[in-house]
Amino acid sequence: MLKRVAIKGAMALAVSAALISGVQAADTIKIGSFLAVTGPASFLGDPELKTLQMYVDKINAEGGLLGKQVELVHYDTAGNAQKARTFVKRLIESDNVDLIVGGSTSGATLAVIPLVESAKVPFISLAGAVAIVDPVKKWVFKTPHTDRMAAEKIFEDMKSRGFKKVALISGTGGFGRSGRAQATQVIGKYGLELVADETYGPKDTDMTAQLTKIKSTAGVDAILNFGFGQGPAIVTKNYKQLGIDLPLYQSHGVASKKFIELAGNASEGVRLPAAALLLAEQLPDSSAQKPVVVKYKTEYEQKYNSEVSTFGGHAYDGLMLAVNAIKKAGSTDKEKVRAAIESTKNYVGTGGVVNMSAEDHLGLDLSAFKILEIRNGDWTLVK
Amino acid sequence: MSVEFLQYLFSGVTIGATYALVGLGFAIIYNASHVINFAQGEFIMIGSMATVSFLAMGMPMPVAILLAVALAVVTGMLLQKFAVAPAKNADVVTIIIITIGASILLRGLAQVFWGKSFHALPAFSGNEPINIAGATIVPQNLWVLGVTLVIVAAVSWFFTKTIIGKAILATSHNADAAKLVGINTNMILLFAFGLSALLGAVAGIIVAPITTTSYEVGIMLGLKGFVAAVLGGLGSGVGAIVGGLILGIAEAMAAGYISSDYKDAVPFVIILFILFFMPSGLFGSRGTERV
Amino acid sequence: MFEKLNSPRTGGLLALILAVLILPLFFQNTFHYDVAIHVAISATVAISLNLLVGYAGQISLGHAGFFGVGAYSSAILTGWDFGWSPITAMLVASLAVGVLALVVSGPILRLKGHYLAMATLGLGIIIAIVITTEDWLTGGPDGLSVEPLTIFGLSPQGEAQWYWVFCVVLIASVWLSLNLIDSPVGRAMRAVHGSEVAAQVAGVDTTYFKTLIFVMSAMFASLMGSLSAHYSGFVTPDIAGFHHSIELITMVVLGGMASVFGAITGAVILTLLPQMLTGLEDWEMVIFGLILMLTMIFMPKGLVPTLLTKFRRGEA
Repeated sequence: MLKRVAIKGAMALAVSAALISGVQAADTIKIGSFLAVTGPASFLGDPELKTLQMYVDKINAEGGLLGKQVELVHYDTAGNAQKARTFVKRLIESDNVDLIVGGSTSGATLAVIPLVESAKVPFISLAGAVAIVDPVKKWVFKTPHTDRMAAEKIFEDMKSRGFKKVALISGTGGFGRSGRAQATQVIGKYGLELVADETYGPKDTDMTAQLTKIKSTAGVDAILNFGFGQGPAIVTKNYKQLGIDLPLYQSHGVASKKFIELAGNASEGVRLPAAALLLAEQLPDSSAQKPVVVKYKTEYEQKYNSEVSTFGGHAYDGLMLAVNAIKKAGSTDKEKVRAAIESTKNYVGTGGVVNMSAEDHLGLDLSAFKILEIRNGDWTLVK
Repeated sequence: MSVEFLQYLFSGVTIGATYALVGLGFAIIYNASHVINFAQGEFIMIGSMATVSFLAMGMPMPVAILLAVALAVVTGMLLQKFAVAPAKNADVVTIIIITIGASILLRGLAQVFWGKSFHALPAFSGNEPINIAGATIVPQNLWVLGVTLVIVAAVSWFFTKTIIGKAILATSHNADAAKLVGINTNMILLFAFGLSALLGAVAGIIVAPITTTSYEVGIMLGLKGFVAAVLGGLGSGVGAIVGGLILGIAEAMAAGYISSDYKDAVPFVIILFILFFMPSGLFGSRGTERV
Repeated sequence: MFEKLNSPRTGGLLALILAVLILPLFFQNTFHYDVAIHVAISATVAISLNLLVGYAGQISLGHAGFFGVGAYSSAILTGWDFGWSPITAMLVASLAVGVLALVVSGPILRLKGHYLAMATLGLGIIIAIVITTEDWLTGGPDGLSVEPLTIFGLSPQGEAQWYWVFCVVLIASVWLSLNLIDSPVGRAMRAVHGSEVAAQVAGVDTTYFKTLIFVMSAMFASLMGSLSAHYSGFVTPDIAGFHHSIELITMVVLGGMASVFGAITGAVILTLLPQMLTGLEDWEMVIFGLILMLTMIFMPKGLVPTLLTKFRRGEA
């Protein structure tokens, strides 16, 4: 009996091990990805994955890369950083991917950085936190603007409108927490003062209490909300309900039409920093970004029949940076690809014009951000 | 009474009413079968997400709502028939895991068929804020309170005045005796799950214009409903309603006066505190009117 | 001698040791080691949780909270602010969790059934909220990196070495549990699950045993939290969260309550299943939920006890 159990157990485990080990395909370029396709951050991961799948298919239909087909290996982290670690190990060790584009949330990205650094695999992150590229890690790059840049851009606009006192309300998820930390750090630079600091849970359904507190704080000139998901939409609705008569700023975390749809007419007049992608056709013809963003927008909306968001744009930029680097390196040699990504110059993407260097693994400056205002249910460029 | 206090109270009562309806759903199922249904939150999700999807198909709002509630009720009955009933003699934890499995399954199906994005339902009667002594609410707050009141009244009438209601109560007190007097206990259990799904779905639909909805909305609301039901004392309908209101108001007051960071911990601190002193919740063991 | 080998106690333990020794032959890369390590970590926690749920009959839906306290204490105490040695941090954390469990066990273990489930769930969620909120200490939702483990100058490097560390811990905990179950304490524990009143009448101090097991399994969870934090090199609030608690209890119930090897089986299945279902994409949750439901409906006692009964009946 004992022997039988032992043999059976070993066999079962061996079969399982075989099942979960990647099948080694011969001559493809493997791009690994781990995204929060389900879970609370799925509005990031979902368009990101759709974008990656669409463009990988497109590349393959057009003859592939370096004469080889591109294979996308993707795992869903559900926004869980621990899962992300296991999946990244799987991508690196079992699937032997050539590089990784992924990591919807900052938590998942930060958790896997030690793994990609020690395995020496180029990794382009799609998450926001400034800590991902500051300090610079040799193998880690990212495409979205940082939360620090978002805070700076917002404060710049507030300052130009002569505001002095700011009330902050932020989500307690990773994005909101990190944004709140950056906002409190850089606010002094713009001569502004933080007079209220409220938070709400990522799944909260009512923020009137926090906003009432802000409403009764004396001397507030403007309100800033750092958060993503449905939270900012509820904040906006509650703000309207309470009849608060102060300008409301949102972060780049709401940069999708979904936000306007959810918040309804309460979103009229809300300002936010966002990439040029949201404006697309509205951009002046002189803008170098216009053809790129209009093309991406049309292709995405045609294929998936849903509005484009800047999050999918980050994935587009990530994939294109990777593809360009592989072309430039002429191989999938990891060190060569890494060096090629690092030497990216004048790449025009949905997020802005990217100029990387050994000291800058993001390559975007504040000018990549535009301040938008929501008018008549659509984005309009301020100034 | 300061304006802020009033505002906190309004938002607390609105969200508390939702918790109360969900809690009542827990209580009804518990009463009939001594099962805690961890998939209760999914009825909220089904109610609101199905309404969104039927509206998108071009149906008028009342039809969409009716169909969505019907869908939730059918799901509730299927859940009872195929998942809970076959395991009726199993351990408490085993049934908990079965209902957790069911909630994962339902969430998965919702995600496949309805997608992952957030949706807002249009408010039933506009968004024009109403001013009450300096505090402002939207008409939907009144809808939530009104519908909750009507439902609570209907449910209590049902359990005290109708044959089926009395039969459910009889089954909960002693299933064998109920069988002996000719009550079809299997039907009763099916009915209890359907009714509880109805409450969840209605709760989901009336708050969705305020809170937005998605395939994951049931997790948190379901959990809070469970807290409400336990706080009030399992199986007590009055308890679940009181429990829900206490939770909602406590959360809003905590966010307003203490710290919005720890607002989410408040319900759990309250429940631990109450259970330390009253191990069967507020109305649990006193044999008060059971709904 | 052979009779002893054939007893489920020694036989099962030997089979486990054998499996642990043979398995690495099938591993092709460190990812496989990583999965095996996750199984071992979860299995060890599940075994201690099983003592509580399966033998003492007490539900805990908050065990991840204890795991999280252990992990975060180790991360913080060995970090730059304190610079403690990992072993001290681990033991102190575990002791602190033990004291915490002891303090709350008084009122909590008086509760029954669903009330107990609620209380432990609440406790776990409060711990998770504190960890997420106090970001000056814990790094908030983005997490915290953890120093490598060094014990007496030795430091496990890489997955292959860690695999042996966790396997030794797992085997030790199986051995401990099996002995505990066979001891007078164990018989008392089983009595508590069977009928508390009957046990009390027979002179068993049920409160004492429930408290003992509760504190012990909390300390175990904390220890494993510390170890796994050192292994990962990174901790995030997810590990202390509600979902992790549910995952742990599911392992116990799915594998089989009151069965040490059931807890291990549960850990194996719940760790491997998500890795195998990744190809299903959107359908992953549907299938996972379905498997969970069907298993529990058709095998309410859990996999291992149900299969063992069938097996024995077949032999007889």
